[in-house]
Amino acid sequence: MNRPRLVVIGNGMAGVRTLEELLALAPALYDITVFGAEPHPNYNRILLSPVLAGEQGFADIVLNDLEWYRHHGIDLRLGRQVVRIDRARRRVIADDGSEAEYDRLLIATGSSPFILPVPGNELDGVIGYRDIADTQAMLEAARTHRHAVVVGGGLLGLEAANGLARRGMQVTVVHLGEWLLERQLDRTAGELLQQTLQARGLTFRLAAQTEALLDDGQGRVAALRLASGETLPAELVVMAAGIRPNAGLAEAAGLPCARGILVDDTLQTFDPRIYAVGECASHRGVAYGLVAPLYEQARVCANHLARLGHVRYPGSVTATRLKVTGIELFSAGDFSGADGSETITLSDPFEGVYKKLVIKDDVLVGACLYGDTADSAWYLRQLREGQRIGEVRDLLMFGALAPAAAGEVAP
Amino acid sequence: MSTDMRTTASTCCYCGVGCGVLIEHDGERIHNVAGDPEHPANHGRLCSKGSTLHLTGDRDARARYPELRLGKTLARSRCDWDAVLEHAASVFAETIAEHGPDSVAFYVSGQLLTEDYYAFNKLARALVGTNNIDSNSRLCMSSAVVGYKRSLGADAPPCSYEDLEQADVVLIAGSNMAYAHPVLFRRLEAAKAARPGMQVIVVDPRRTDTAELADLHLALRPGSDVALFHGLLHLLLREGWTDRAFIAAHTEGFAALEALVRDFTPARVAELCGIRVEQLLACARMIGLAPSLLSLWCMGLNQSTAGSAKNSALINLHLATGQIGRPGTGPFSLTGQPNAMGGRETGTLANLLPGHRDAADLAHRAEVAAYWGVERLPQTPGLTAVELFEAVRDGRIKALWIACTNPAQSLPDQARIHEALAACPFVVVQEAFATTETCRHADLLLPAASWGEKEGTVTNSERRISPVRAAIPAPGEARPDWAIACDFARRLERRLRPGQPSLFAFERAEQLYDEYRPLTAGRDLDYSGLSRALLERLGPQQWPFRLASGQGTPRLYADGRFPTESGRARFVADAFRLPAEGPDADFPLILNSGRLRDQWHGMSRTGTAARLFGHVEQALLGLHPDDLACQGLADGDLVRVRSRRASLVLPVQADASLQPGQAFLPMHWGDRFLAGLGVNALSSPACDPLSRQPELKHAAVAVERIDLSWQFFALVEGPVQRHLDALRPLFDGFAYASFALAGRERAALVIRAAAATAPPAALLEAIDRRLGLLQGPVLAYDDPRRGVGKRVRLQDGRLLALRLAGETAARDWLKGVWERGSVEADLRRWLLAPLSAPPGATLAADPTLCNCLNVGRGAVCAGIARGLDLDGLKRTLGCGTSCGSCVPEIKRLLVQQPLAESA
Repeated sequence: MNRPRLVVIGNGMAGVRTLEELLALAPALYDITVFGAEPHPNYNRILLSPVLAGEQGFADIVLNDLEWYRHHGIDLRLGRQVVRIDRARRRVIADDGSEAEYDRLLIATGSSPFILPVPGNELDGVIGYRDIADTQAMLEAARTHRHAVVVGGGLLGLEAANGLARRGMQVTVVHLGEWLLERQLDRTAGELLQQTLQARGLTFRLAAQTEALLDDGQGRVAALRLASGETLPAELVVMAAGIRPNAGLAEAAGLPCARGILVDDTLQTFDPRIYAVGECASHRGVAYGLVAPLYEQARVCANHLARLGHVRYPGSVTATRLKVTGIELFSAGDFSGADGSETITLSDPFEGVYKKLVIKDDVLVGACLYGDTADSAWYLRQLREGQRIGEVRDLLMFGALAPAAAGEVAP
Repeated sequence: MSTDMRTTASTCCYCGVGCGVLIEHDGERIHNVAGDPEHPANHGRLCSKGSTLHLTGDRDARARYPELRLGKTLARSRCDWDAVLEHAASVFAETIAEHGPDSVAFYVSGQLLTEDYYAFNKLARALVGTNNIDSNSRLCMSSAVVGYKRSLGADAPPCSYEDLEQADVVLIAGSNMAYAHPVLFRRLEAAKAARPGMQVIVVDPRRTDTAELADLHLALRPGSDVALFHGLLHLLLREGWTDRAFIAAHTEGFAALEALVRDFTPARVAELCGIRVEQLLACARMIGLAPSLLSLWCMGLNQSTAGSAKNSALINLHLATGQIGRPGTGPFSLTGQPNAMGGRETGTLANLLPGHRDAADLAHRAEVAAYWGVERLPQTPGLTAVELFEAVRDGRIKALWIACTNPAQSLPDQARIHEALAACPFVVVQEAFATTETCRHADLLLPAASWGEKEGTVTNSERRISPVRAAIPAPGEARPDWAIACDFARRLERRLRPGQPSLFAFERAEQLYDEYRPLTAGRDLDYSGLSRALLERLGPQQWPFRLASGQGTPRLYADGRFPTESGRARFVADAFRLPAEGPDADFPLILNSGRLRDQWHGMSRTGTAARLFGHVEQALLGLHPDDLACQGLADGDLVRVRSRRASLVLPVQADASLQPGQAFLPMHWGDRFLAGLGVNALSSPACDPLSRQPELKHAAVAVERIDLSWQFFALVEGPVQRHLDALRPLFDGFAYASFALAGRERAALVIRAAAATAPPAALLEAIDRRLGLLQGPVLAYDDPRRGVGKRVRLQDGRLLALRLAGETAARDWLKGVWERGSVEADLRRWLLAPLSAPPGATLAADPTLCNCLNVGRGAVCAGIARGLDLDGLKRTLGCGTSCGSCVPEIKRLLVQQPLAESA
């Protein structure tokens, strides 16, 4: 057995997806070891929200069961957190003292929720929203408590809030921005979304800053106080105010980091033996927090690990979907309509539809769809292909079928 | 619906056919109209306009209260009758005192009733002492007046409508009577159908619906009519088809004419008229061999700088062939307006006096002055329409009273008319419709009663006097025109003739009729024998109706005696002259004008009935397809059409009924409906030297493509007149803006506009606010960089308003969606898309062909494609079975369609 050894730190979607791609390209190239901090096989983190909302169970979201690891001869070490990388000796050391040597190392440590640095953030009942454990904690709280506050009106926060509301809690979302999903939606779409969620029973505090979490005298959170002075009852506080790439391990190993582990277009870090993919990696200054880029990275990284080395990762055009049942929402690219860009909008208040397309230098650079996302894949393709839109500009808003519809009547 | 429904017999207020109508009403509202089977003019028939009179009652369009402003920059405000008439009397009295009686003027209308005319005539000539009273009949019939008077000695059409049924050959010159006098045309169609031997000749540059009936259509060069008539006479003489005996016994002046027409050889005439020699010969043969010849004509002859010459040249043919005074013969002028004849009778043209008298005739003035009990009537000639407004513009006229007419739409060279009205120190407009372009210039607006609300009499084209009756009260404080004139006159009398007995002690319309009637005694039109009571008893009667005879007169000059000094009719030998403006390198096209089938005049009335826009919904410049192709233009492209006076922007339409080199623009569209002062911004103010009638149908123009890439279309349902009032001013800055109504049961305002670049956002916002598109349940699409913005307002699944700006590809089918009512679910996503047709559907806009039964052109074409003939179409679709106005067009489609399919 003289095969090179590949060690993967992180048993999440990015790391395992890279293995899948690699195994497809070169099934027997490596001896593979995977460290996973969670006690679970790889599951679909994106589907935690449906689990929380009661639409799916844990079993439904497992992507690779233990049999899969066995089948591919992968040495899976669950519940072990890697605490150090020894680049000189090319080995990693886990929290239980176990070690693994590598010829290639793949870091896929993901990210962690950002916990606001406010008084009381260590109280019981204050959690992030990242993994199965968080989800279980929220389900437990929903069974035993009444009031929840979600800090952060981003994608994750709204999914958490929706899930908790579906579980019967009275949920208030505290959001620093002036509208929801301000990084994904413009104000109009954000307000439409807010109206929809309000109709479902959620309460919102926008442009609101969390000042402190107050305890119930027994070490559990009881309320959240805003800078405005308002106090919201909260036996559960979910911090969903952003994520931080888990780059500490790499940084400690001397790999250059800047809000993520710096990687090149092959997902290689500064150390040619070490690759990084997923939320922990920073590619061309961007650390992606969405699944589609991770998969694209995984494909490129696997290609290089397989010693093929003929694809590059140029970065992703990202698209957002909110996993809240009945809310169709899609956002991709640069939809902010900043300097030099032009926007096209369409709204249909009857159907609750709002669409915005952003064009720069005659190329579609951003799209934001609310209420009707049937054409989202088509827009994403336009965004990725970056073709000049030229004469179809007036038809662009009407989606994939519009050119054909216009063609029907053309002379 | 009230159970207390009543019927009042009256007369239609549109054209000079003078159809009897039965008004169904409840004493408050007019609910329906029907043709009066008893009336000899129409025997129960009505045309598409007459049969929709009850739909023209939109009160939002009406002037309801007197409104006065004391400064040109101020808005008018409502006042009471007493105050405004006192004010008007003061202003007129002061102006007369300071500048003399000829510093004021009255400009009235062929739509007034005989009683109204009489009051205004007496007011101007007897009280004020000016001959400055002219009528819009100057634009309409004054060449016919001159023609009849010069040739026959009196302004009297010698024929009856019955002659239509009795003629063997009918010569129709310069008249699209299928559109302008539809009920007469129906009679002619029926007569020709019953007597296939009857021959119809149509002389018209355009192949109109009228021409479709013709056995021979002479598409002559515009303005060449005199050459044609002289050329025909040349041939009649050559072939010996003249009536030498009649000429010798009953005419004078033939030698001079004979000498003149010697030069009008067939080859030369064919060249001058742009027709083939064989056509000319065929025409001469038909005329020369006709057992009876009737000629009918209208604006094609009258609205010309050679209008008088054309009239006389045509009458020459009748005199030379003796085709006058017998059934089925005679030169028969078709009158444009409902009571232009009454205006001529009462002396309501500047040069006339009551009873077919002349203002220039000392004896006539003395007769009328004596009858009225005034010392004298003014001697200074009065100003005719075009001159009158020129005098207003240069400040000679300082107070102007306009009644029942819309000079700011109808006169030529509109820029000057608007300048004149804006500059005139005191403009009084007495009007039923507050929406006319002229009302904008009124310092004093006086609300007048209109059709269905007033009493009096009118005279139609065949000299038939019919009663006009009131069915319902006038809206608000509106009053009959004669009553307003008399009330004002009494106040002016107190200032001009203090202490003397009133000349205007009239309390009822009938009193005016009774005072006027004796003035006709002994004159050619003598109807001194026809009292109102007799009229009521006998029904409509043709003058003369002398006291002695006790009956009307269907036909004049049966005895060969004419009302000239010698008792002989006169041949008039006028040279052929070209129109004032010829085509040249700078203005290579000749612009003609005429009527649409379903609109009337300046649209103040027909423009309130949405249904009447169904046949033609916007102003379009017609050009021959070859001329379009020459300039690389396609149907619907916007062009700038320039004359020597102004330019207008509007879409072109391919029109194969035109000759190459000719353009056509319907006369109706004024500034309210077509920004840029309407169609008469272009027309020529050159006048006939005798009749002073302007050459409205002949202007040299140039047409060039205009690139207005920012297009606009809007539609809003609801109170259309109020919407139009509010929205129209917002479009003054647009290079192109056209307004129309649409719909049948529900009405909507439709706006089409275009500009080189997008207008300021604030303007668009003001437009949206008025369209109800700024807030609420509105679908919106915006591409600000392209200047594209679209809005659709839906309610209960219906489209209520829409606005397309920047690009308007979907306008036609969206209008169709509105007309149909509901918006299908699968269409929704396409409502704002730039598609010229909805995906998968066949919702193309289909212009209404038959307005009575609401049958679209597409349905008729589809029927023809299925192999239906006219009867089949009538049976299955119902089209053409009511008023019949659409039948000529259906016939044309029947002829065209197989050709189109085999091509």
